[in-house]
Amino acid sequence: MRELALAFADGAVVAKRNLIKIKRVPEVLIWTTMSPIMFVVLFAYVFGSSIEVPGVPYREYLIAGVFVQTVIFGSTFTGAGLAEDMTKGIIDRFRSLPMARSALLFGRTASDIVYNSISILVMSITGLIVGWRIRTDALDAVLGFVLLLAFAYAVSWIMAYVGLKVSSVEVVNNASFMVIFPMTFIANTFVVSDNLPGPLETFAEWNPVSAVAQAAREAFGNTGALPPPDAWPLRNPVLYAVVWIVVIIAIFAPLSVRQYQRASAR
Amino acid sequence: MTHTIRAAGLVKRYGAVTALDGLDLTVPKGTVLGLLGPNGAGKTTAVRILTTLLEADAGEVEVAGIDVRRDPEKVREKIGLSGQNAAVDEHLTAHENLEMVGRLYHLGARRARARAVELLEEFDLTDAAHRPTKTYSGGMRRRLDLAAALVAEPEVVFLDEPTTGLDPRSRVQMWETIQDLVRKGSTVLLTTQYMEEADRLADDIVVIDRGRAIARGTADELKRQIGGERIEVVLSDAADVPRAHAYLTELSVDGVQVDEQARRLSAGVSGGAEALRELLGRLADGGVELLDVGLRRPTLDDVFLSLTGHVAEDTAGDEEDGSVDSVEREREVAR
Repeated sequence: MRELALAFADGAVVAKRNLIKIKRVPEVLIWTTMSPIMFVVLFAYVFGSSIEVPGVPYREYLIAGVFVQTVIFGSTFTGAGLAEDMTKGIIDRFRSLPMARSALLFGRTASDIVYNSISILVMSITGLIVGWRIRTDALDAVLGFVLLLAFAYAVSWIMAYVGLKVSSVEVVNNASFMVIFPMTFIANTFVVSDNLPGPLETFAEWNPVSAVAQAAREAFGNTGALPPPDAWPLRNPVLYAVVWIVVIIAIFAPLSVRQYQRASAR
Repeated sequence: MTHTIRAAGLVKRYGAVTALDGLDLTVPKGTVLGLLGPNGAGKTTAVRILTTLLEADAGEVEVAGIDVRRDPEKVREKIGLSGQNAAVDEHLTAHENLEMVGRLYHLGARRARARAVELLEEFDLTDAAHRPTKTYSGGMRRRLDLAAALVAEPEVVFLDEPTTGLDPRSRVQMWETIQDLVRKGSTVLLTTQYMEEADRLADDIVVIDRGRAIARGTADELKRQIGGERIEVVLSDAADVPRAHAYLTELSVDGVQVDEQARRLSAGVSGGAEALRELLGRLADGGVELLDVGLRRPTLDDVFLSLTGHVAEDTAGDEEDGSVDSVEREREVAR
């Protein structure tokens, strides 16, 4: 219990340190806000002009998909930040301090929720400008946002592990790009998964990214007159997404903490 | 006598490379131990084990009376570490860095802030306290790193090559800072590649090579063992060599080395400056003309040559940067 309290207190100190960086390196913040705007606008106008989704305007359908993809990309900050700490040697400073073993990781993943919240806010405003609407009540909408952030938080624990394991920030960025791109495209993020060829359709249906997108769409009331999905994960998207979130954290949080304890500056 | 640091039989292997090969260290309370050795000797590995960053494959380690292996958490409360690569956050200001470290030592918010202000004052960083450390010079960053190690007023301070890579002026400043620290009674373990640095800062010196202690003692004891300073003379006339040889032999403690071709003679002497004056007097009286003359302090290479019979070399695959060549270059500059 004391360990947990310590982890939170120390984690908060580390999170504060990470957030100061937003102030000092505003380019990072500009990137975090510009790329979601670009995603929304590009997809809305480029894909939106040729993709049709039955029963709902494409822009309305699209936004939840862009949200999911962007917050997952946002979670790579965790990996990149930790990889940077490793190369700069500050990891040795932290490891020689009597702080909680998990604090650096808790602090890092926590501060990345802030990054992701900012990018969701920016995307929402951009979405509203291009014609996206929330058609449910505030509570549903909030739950939708919370689920998006929670999923990104879980993914950031995977990224934490990767960041501690690999040798440089560049590797984190490239490696995660190679995984995140297919994960977020072979899904119902930008197209209806029914139209995908056989195995890809199955993959998309069971892909947790699809469940999160589906859950967000339902939470924001963007499903319109879409035919209801057949696959079990998409019929129970919130439950399915939460199971994934729990499982990912249960696996990768202890793995990352163990990796941190072994880690040494490079 | 109570020992604040006690390590016995430390062994650490990385695959086929043996970084530490049965190293023993003891540091009495309130003293400074200098761990002297070339790159790859195992200095950093030893510090990493003592500071809980690395687990030894074998051996016992006690710091501040606590078993490092059994209770690393407790050890971390008692130590401060300042490493080779200035481990401060470059985006944070000096004040923010120190406050963060204080919070992570669990000093509490108010005490952490007060301590940051105190240390910035003490380390002459007050003017730059609110600038991101990215803008700092190497010397300033090292000072801040050292300050960070002292935030919790630890019982034991570990300094891993505190002046490697610093320019001569910053190095001297750093030495003064460390001497102040020592005067206040801290127990310090310091690693260095510089004989001069160990001489100046350490009560006791352990020379290590290939993971093993090859000599230990005070700076004076070691210097006696190595033969102290050397006089080197270069004559203008080869015919004078026998006479110069005779004069030098009288002063030498370890025999005279002669290079006939270069007309160069050299010998280890004790009481360097006096011996040099004496020699110059005799050479002048004897009408021996000189091209060059000098008094050379023993370098790390001399130490190694005399202790091990081999030149200090850079063992591959080590974590420390720089090379013996650059050490030599830096020594030249430092003079």
